[in-house]
Amino acid sequence: MTQLDTLQATTPQKPKLHPRVKALLRPGFLLGFFILSSSIILAVFPGAFAPYDPNAFDFTAIKQPPSWAHPFGTDNLGRDTLSRVIWAYQVDMQIAFFATFFAMVIGVIVGSLVAYHGGIADVLFGRVVDVTITFPFLVLVIAVVAVLGPGLNNMYVAVTLVQWVYYARLTRAEIMTQMTNDYASAGRVMGYSSPRIIFRHLLPNAMTPLITFWMTDMALAILLGSSLGYLGLGAQPPQAEWGVLIAEGRNFITTAWWMSLMPGIAIVLTGLGFSLVGDSLADVLRPRGAS
Amino acid sequence: MSNQQKSLLQVRDLTTTFHSKGRVLRAVDGISFDVRAGEVLGLVGESGSGKSITLRSIIGLARDYGTVEGKVYWKGEDLLSRTEAQLRSIRGSQISMIFQEPMTSLNPLLTVGLQIEENLKAHTELERAARKARAIELLDMVGIPSAASRLKDFPHQFSGGMRQRVMIAIALASNPKLLLADEPTTALDVTIQDQILQLLLSLAKDLNMAIVLVTHDLGVVAQTCDRVAVMYAGRLVETGSVRDVLKRPQHPYTLGLLKSVPENIPPRTPLYSVPGTPPALDALPQGCAFAPRCMKAEDVCMKTKPPLSVIGEGISSACHFLEVAREEVPA
Repeated sequence: MTQLDTLQATTPQKPKLHPRVKALLRPGFLLGFFILSSSIILAVFPGAFAPYDPNAFDFTAIKQPPSWAHPFGTDNLGRDTLSRVIWAYQVDMQIAFFATFFAMVIGVIVGSLVAYHGGIADVLFGRVVDVTITFPFLVLVIAVVAVLGPGLNNMYVAVTLVQWVYYARLTRAEIMTQMTNDYASAGRVMGYSSPRIIFRHLLPNAMTPLITFWMTDMALAILLGSSLGYLGLGAQPPQAEWGVLIAEGRNFITTAWWMSLMPGIAIVLTGLGFSLVGDSLADVLRPRGAS
Repeated sequence: MSNQQKSLLQVRDLTTTFHSKGRVLRAVDGISFDVRAGEVLGLVGESGSGKSITLRSIIGLARDYGTVEGKVYWKGEDLLSRTEAQLRSIRGSQISMIFQEPMTSLNPLLTVGLQIEENLKAHTELERAARKARAIELLDMVGIPSAASRLKDFPHQFSGGMRQRVMIAIALASNPKLLLADEPTTALDVTIQDQILQLLLSLAKDLNMAIVLVTHDLGVVAQTCDRVAVMYAGRLVETGSVRDVLKRPQHPYTLGLLKSVPENIPPRTPLYSVPGTPPALDALPQGCAFAPRCMKAEDVCMKTKPPLSVIGEGISSACHFLEVAREEVPA
């Protein structure tokens, strides 16, 4: 025993650089983290960075190409494109969050419950999944928005109504995998309640792919939000939103390409940020001891 | 049965069936046995003989995937008629279970301290500080050095044997009267196996706890158990005290198992094994399940299943030709 104690005392308890910290120092994550944090700062304080009022018309500077005064140029009404792209961060980051968050919460809860309890609920859930994923995603969302009417809030409702199924399906699969581990049975033979087993034991172990999927989904939500904005079903003009901006530039694409290109670049960059962070998180969140 | 009062757990005609593609598979076929307070009962058999399913049927896990019939009396109450919610007060506090694979039977995301305290939280009235003290006491009891400093460690910081000790600590947190051990040492090194078995034995003695030990290792049975029940194809073929069964096996299958334990054999001699393989659950013979592999088998074995009959003090065996078997016993 004493030998064991001294052995343990001399063995260093923790390595200098935790492997998880190491995983976070890779260029991919750093770049993604930089993009995402800048996006969030721009979304929270657009006024501090935008050089002009995003909705102020200036008929002396219509369709100006990029210059020092207007780095992203101006649109057909003389509004500064840079300022509009920056103000759009507020809307699009909000879309990234709200169009995915509720779907995730509902999907995770439903998915965990049907996976754990099985039975008729699981069968019904299977049918709902089949029906939902048979329809092309965008068509279904557009149909729901068409019924509810255009606008951001209705878009959130529509996306949540469709997207929760994908989270639930993923959660169900992950929980089922976790349930094959003995610790799930152990929880039951120790007499713990099923909510406790599901939400304290199974779900935390099933979270890694969910968080990765969530990150990717936020990137997709921005794309979807812009697509719906472009189609006139999401954010409504004159509100600055990337999809709306691209749509506004559509008619002038040959004469004022910057009107559509600049918000497009913003979409690509933000999506890239989410994907890079999601990828790195997948590595970092891998269960302990699995390396 | 004269010792019904002394029995802690009485299993009567336990039958567990699975339904697969319209077929009915009997994994456990009408088995009955008793577990007395403080005794160690070994449940032996080959892979697929239904040992683990028997344990899982007793504690109510098997009904997730199969139909469990019969009676399991715990303190006079039938566990099988209880709902999942009603079972919760018994599970983990009066009857506990440990598993084969210590690598997966602990939650990798929670510290071992939290996992021990979770049981205490569920089944005792202890306050936070008292729970922590008890957790340290438990880790100490299962032989984990510097227990207090290891409460904050995660399962992956422990070796396999140590994890099994932690699992035992969790299972014993609320002083259960019966521990169901599902091959607790199969996944461990031989030296660790012995340590864990000795630990289980001494704990059983100290806490006056009964153990049902599922294993396929007759050596383990000989070392640790008071009584043994031999299973074959979902049925009990022989039960009795370890002494009697290992010394004078009555059933040809038990005899075959014993003969296949290498003992005092010169090097490079072929080892004995029971010829053939256990029958598949969907192709059980009409008569004795062991008949196709049995050297003593005659027509009657192919046609009727031999009942488990009492043949001596505390010994039961299921064979049509017990006398024949008895003659074969080496002195």
